[in-house]
Amino acid sequence: MLSLVKGIWTVFKHSIRKRETVLYPEEKPSLHPRWRGRIILSRDPDGEERCVACYLCAAACPADCIALQATQDEHGRRYPEFFRINFSRCIFCGFCEEACPTYAIQLTNDFEMGEYHRHNFVYEKEHLLINGSGKHPEYNFYRVSGVSVGAKDSGEGENEEPPVDIHSLMP
Amino acid sequence: MNEPEQSIILLYLILVGVLLTAAGLIWLERRLLGLWQDRYGPNRAGRFGSLQVAADMIKIFTKEDWIPPFADKPVFVIAPAIIVITTLLSFAVIPFAPEIEIVNLNIGLLFFLAMSSLSVYSVALAGWASNNKYSLLGGLRAAAQMLGYEVFMGLSLAGVIMLAGSFNLREIVEAQRNVWFFIPQFPGFVIFVIAGLAETRRIPFDLPEAENELIAGFHTEYSGMKFGMFFVGEYMGVTLISALIATLFFGGWMGPLLPPLCWMIIKTFIFICGFILVRASLPRLRYDQLLSFGWKLMLPLALLNVVVTGAIILAAS
Amino acid sequence: MARIYIDNVQYEVPEGQNILSACLSLGFDIPYFCWHPALRSVGSCRMCAVKQFRDENDARGHIVMSCMTPADDGTRISIDDNDVREFRAGVIEWLMINHPHDCPVCDEGGECHLQDMTVMSGHVYRRYRFKKRTYLNQNLGPFINHEMNRCIQCYRCVRFYRDYAGGRDFNVFGINNRIYFGRCNDGTLENEFSGNLVEVCPTGVFTDKTLRKHYARKWDMQTAPSICPHCGLGCNIIVGERYGSLRRILNKYNHDVNGYFLCDRGRFGYEFVDGPSRIRQPLSRHDGDRSDGSLKAVEKKEALDLFKGISMDSARTLGIGSPRATLEANFSLRQLVGAENFCCGMSEHEERLVSSIIDILRNGPTYSPSLRDVEMCDAVLILGEDVTNVAPRMALSLRQSVREKPMEIADSLRIPRWADASVRQAVQDEKGPLFIVSPMGSGLDDIAARTLHIAPDDIARLGFQVAHEIDPDSPPVLDLPDELGRFAAHISAALKSSRRPLIVSGTSCGTLSVIQAAANIAWSLSRTERIAALSYTLPECNTLGLRLIGGLSMTDCFQKVLSGEVDSLIILENDLYRRAEALLVKGVLAKCKHVIVIDHILNRTGKESDLILPAGTFAETTGTLVSSEGRCQRQFSVMPPAGQTQESRIWISDVMAALGKDSAVNYSTIENIASEIAREFPVFKDLTEVSPPVNFRVFGQKIPRQAHRYSGRTAMPANVTVHEPKPPDDPESPLSFSMEGYSGIPPASVTPRFWAPSWNSCQAVNKFQKEIAGVSTGGDSGKRLIEPLTTENGVYFSELPEAFNFDNTKWVVIQSFHIFGSEELSSLGDSVSQRIPNPYIGLNGDDAASLGKDNGCMAQLIIGNVSLKLPVRIIPTLCSGLIALPVGIPGLEGVNLPAMGKIMED
Repeated sequence: MLSLVKGIWTVFKHSIRKRETVLYPEEKPSLHPRWRGRIILSRDPDGEERCVACYLCAAACPADCIALQATQDEHGRRYPEFFRINFSRCIFCGFCEEACPTYAIQLTNDFEMGEYHRHNFVYEKEHLLINGSGKHPEYNFYRVSGVSVGAKDSGEGENEEPPVDIHSLMP
Repeated sequence: MNEPEQSIILLYLILVGVLLTAAGLIWLERRLLGLWQDRYGPNRAGRFGSLQVAADMIKIFTKEDWIPPFADKPVFVIAPAIIVITTLLSFAVIPFAPEIEIVNLNIGLLFFLAMSSLSVYSVALAGWASNNKYSLLGGLRAAAQMLGYEVFMGLSLAGVIMLAGSFNLREIVEAQRNVWFFIPQFPGFVIFVIAGLAETRRIPFDLPEAENELIAGFHTEYSGMKFGMFFVGEYMGVTLISALIATLFFGGWMGPLLPPLCWMIIKTFIFICGFILVRASLPRLRYDQLLSFGWKLMLPLALLNVVVTGAIILAAS
Repeated sequence: MARIYIDNVQYEVPEGQNILSACLSLGFDIPYFCWHPALRSVGSCRMCAVKQFRDENDARGHIVMSCMTPADDGTRISIDDNDVREFRAGVIEWLMINHPHDCPVCDEGGECHLQDMTVMSGHVYRRYRFKKRTYLNQNLGPFINHEMNRCIQCYRCVRFYRDYAGGRDFNVFGINNRIYFGRCNDGTLENEFSGNLVEVCPTGVFTDKTLRKHYARKWDMQTAPSICPHCGLGCNIIVGERYGSLRRILNKYNHDVNGYFLCDRGRFGYEFVDGPSRIRQPLSRHDGDRSDGSLKAVEKKEALDLFKGISMDSARTLGIGSPRATLEANFSLRQLVGAENFCCGMSEHEERLVSSIIDILRNGPTYSPSLRDVEMCDAVLILGEDVTNVAPRMALSLRQSVREKPMEIADSLRIPRWADASVRQAVQDEKGPLFIVSPMGSGLDDIAARTLHIAPDDIARLGFQVAHEIDPDSPPVLDLPDELGRFAAHISAALKSSRRPLIVSGTSCGTLSVIQAAANIAWSLSRTERIAALSYTLPECNTLGLRLIGGLSMTDCFQKVLSGEVDSLIILENDLYRRAEALLVKGVLAKCKHVIVIDHILNRTGKESDLILPAGTFAETTGTLVSSEGRCQRQFSVMPPAGQTQESRIWISDVMAALGKDSAVNYSTIENIASEIAREFPVFKDLTEVSPPVNFRVFGQKIPRQAHRYSGRTAMPANVTVHEPKPPDDPESPLSFSMEGYSGIPPASVTPRFWAPSWNSCQAVNKFQKEIAGVSTGGDSGKRLIEPLTTENGVYFSELPEAFNFDNTKWVVIQSFHIFGSEELSSLGDSVSQRIPNPYIGLNGDDAASLGKDNGCMAQLIIGNVSLKLPVRIIPTLCSGLIALPVGIPGLEGVNLPAMGKIMED
């Protein structure tokens, strides 16, 4: 019973504390670099799309708000034919960024996304793709994967031997 | 003060006053909660958010007034009205000042107890009529809670009645000319405050609408002005209980220098703030704790208070 | 039953298994790679290690490979022992050393056995820091994508391709750690079952190239159980859909039918569904001119009004059904036009052959075997059939049947049958008796004990003689040449010494007497106290079912039109130009006042009609098909028909309602139609039990077509509307177009996919079987309609054909089937069309020389009114005096064969 009264007294003492609220539109909050805001798609250091349309972001998304379709260019390099995020459903959990094996999908510091119409929240690939690599500026998935894609043939990636000569009889 | 015209004017003044207070409390509570939680509360609509109430009113009046197709319609509509009516009726017996009182009932206190008992119908019926398991559970909880707390609420006042020798609120106030009853009746005061909190279903006794278990309890299905009536009813309840505490334990309108009505308003306001402070500080009880607290602790204490008070009065006489 | 102890708990398992399959049957998870339920054990990957103990006092134990160790009575093993766990983790780490960092761009990702096994064995961190081995890939044709870097050298691909499917153009090359699986040079994989490499390969070395064009992950595909529409065998398939288009076909395990494998036509022939010739909108002809381009799109309502107008305007309407439409659609059409006005949509010749097959199967003592039964037969005679190209999946079963008899060698050496490497070592090249008597070489010649290429009439005569050799009561062939007589004696001796003989024949020869000869042989065998199996291949997916409903023949139908008795036609999913000569069809269509077509493909018949109603393909249709075995199976739509398209059956019931027919309600739902069919035709009495009823629920829930991790639900339609529409209802099946519902194991016929926790690949099928490679946990799928009359002996056919006599001018033109091309729908697909041969005139080398033609020379062939100018192809195996003309391939539709032909002199 006494503890209850003590609790009430403690709260009462807060009458003269400084307020913690940041008066947002007048005063901008300082955001951590890992803030989870508007989602973008980045490019690799060569300026190509990083996204390889593996569907893992879509699978990880708890709001099921990512839809895409994979396709590939004439060299077999896979990329998304379309990539759609319905931000009116997105909960900015960042699971897509965590799931992404190529650092393509990233969450940014932008959270000011107010719109008057819900359909304006539907972002297609041209709205998502930026001209930069964002976080992890050096990473280039196709350099470390085993598939050959135009610029890189089999055996020319990082940590790869040249293709084996199957006709060789050397032990 | 017996002229009917005067009495009707008074009636309307009090009615409007109580409703405005209840509306103002919506803003006040949010501001005070903000204060005690190191926030601002509403501060955008008007200066210090003073127009928040107006904005809320506009919103709540223009919202769709939806009655679920599965609800028991007549009961569903009547339920929120009951709480407003019973609470407003209780105000009839409160003497705000020596001259400001709608009826001078010689069983005023009993009338208040009766009205507060009736108000539980509102909640129980709302829960029932919503035809939804959460609402029903909320309604049932409200009924069980009322039952438990109504009993010792009445008993807690027995001491006051014994000391004043009357059920008439005006006479009770008059009886405190020498000493406010919260001194001789301190246990009764504490018990009444607790019962009053439960009566108005406010934290820590808001189990009928426990959001994390029951969505919104008995008013889950309510929207628009029907929801607004429950809301306003709650704030009127807070005002009523505060006014009663002032009347029964703190000498009502009595006080130096200032006019009697001012004293009454000041005292009521302080208790309202106290209610809000409790809400800002305490967590919600568990349901079984609530009931055993009422029946096993508060009821014996109230009985003991009656016995001791009675014994002292006997000994003194 | 054998008692085995797994981690000190006693279990009972059937005798004669290895520990791996026994444990998997019991529900334990043991990782494995090289073992496959159909390919059996070789013990090369070392992944399935368990610890075996001598007895209960043995605490140390020793590590054994569970796939190579018999689960004998008293076997005591541990799966969870620390030593084996470490052993397995070590093995997977070695296997993964060179595995590339490909999963995000690998089509196998998410349904990869290697991923599953890696996770299962606890290898979560790659310690290897050195360079990885790489390979150059090959272009393996339009079906299979090759990515050798991902290979873990489990040898399953060669074991399937060479040992199981008999392919010759694929092998393992190189030595040391440079092992390479592929072809000698780039080029198309020739085997008809190459598509199974996609499912056999535990990782992403061989992936589906058609899927690659519109890739979607396994979890993102809406899937439904279906029946392959591309031949008469009724293989069970899993159809996958995403964003409203069909993505791929996977094998659906059915113990009795296709088991673990499909043919390439079934797997890759789906592309017509979203192809350019698909009809998506009702089309109507506004002016009277029946030429191309005057068809205009109309709305559904308008189309039904037009239909109504047409039926008011016509005196008598004939309905032409289709062997590629469902039983329900055909029956509805029959009820719409009346039984006397229903034509079964087969040429008269074909109809007669199919009727006689049905009579033989229904009234004879022999049973028609399932593909599973075919695999168990120990002596086979194929009469006049190119099984590989007509009913390809059966050819794969026949390949297994020749291993049945030599198993005796393994049995006598007490080698368990699951020990594949040892069995093959013991058996060597020994093969069971398989005899092929056909007009020309077929895909199974390489495993045949003897082949004979003779004309269809001679095939029948030989068949009659074989029957006579077995049972002297059957009619003899008196003037048979000695050579054929000896051959007949040889065959009959082999058949008589077998336990489960099988006769395969069918309609390809186009000769009734061949069918009858096959029946005679089977009947004569069944008089010798054997269970003789008799299998007839049929060209289309519902030929048998349609014939059981019956109706006028195409010739009658045309006759009625030409005589003016009938003035309008309703054609259901049938291209008349494939059934009869173009000139005749053109005349018939021109004579009709009105032609209405219900089809999903805009073909020539459609182009010359007045009104086309867009139907659903097999992917959008729920209905029943009857396979050539006589098995009735239901296919379920995988997606609701888009836009204005509807299932044929629904169009017909809409039309009935529009015409105000009282009985319309009887044809509005699939269950109503099924019970109507069952009422009218006693043979279909079990039709309503083919699959669980429409209101079937498990714990009150439907079975979801979407996987529980189906993604993009709130974003897929967002470019059109952000207000997520309610998923479409499916009132016609216990399946729902949703990810919500019962996620356990449903009845086999409504199992939409194979997935189990920690088994994401198609190998999850293990969890859906009562025991490994046994029947499905969810019970049977499909119902056999025709059972043999064991009380009857069968009355021998005695009408012998004349011996074939070639007089150098009149050539007999026979059908030459091609797995890719002879079937209508699959040929419309982009990938399959790359494998369709060019039209040719097939001639024996000597015949060609006598005509002065060489390979590739143009020749002109006259068959009746049809004149064909085509290059000559020399087919060395073709019997002299015959001309082989490919069936159904573009440019050669509608030539009714066999027929007499004439080669024009230049």
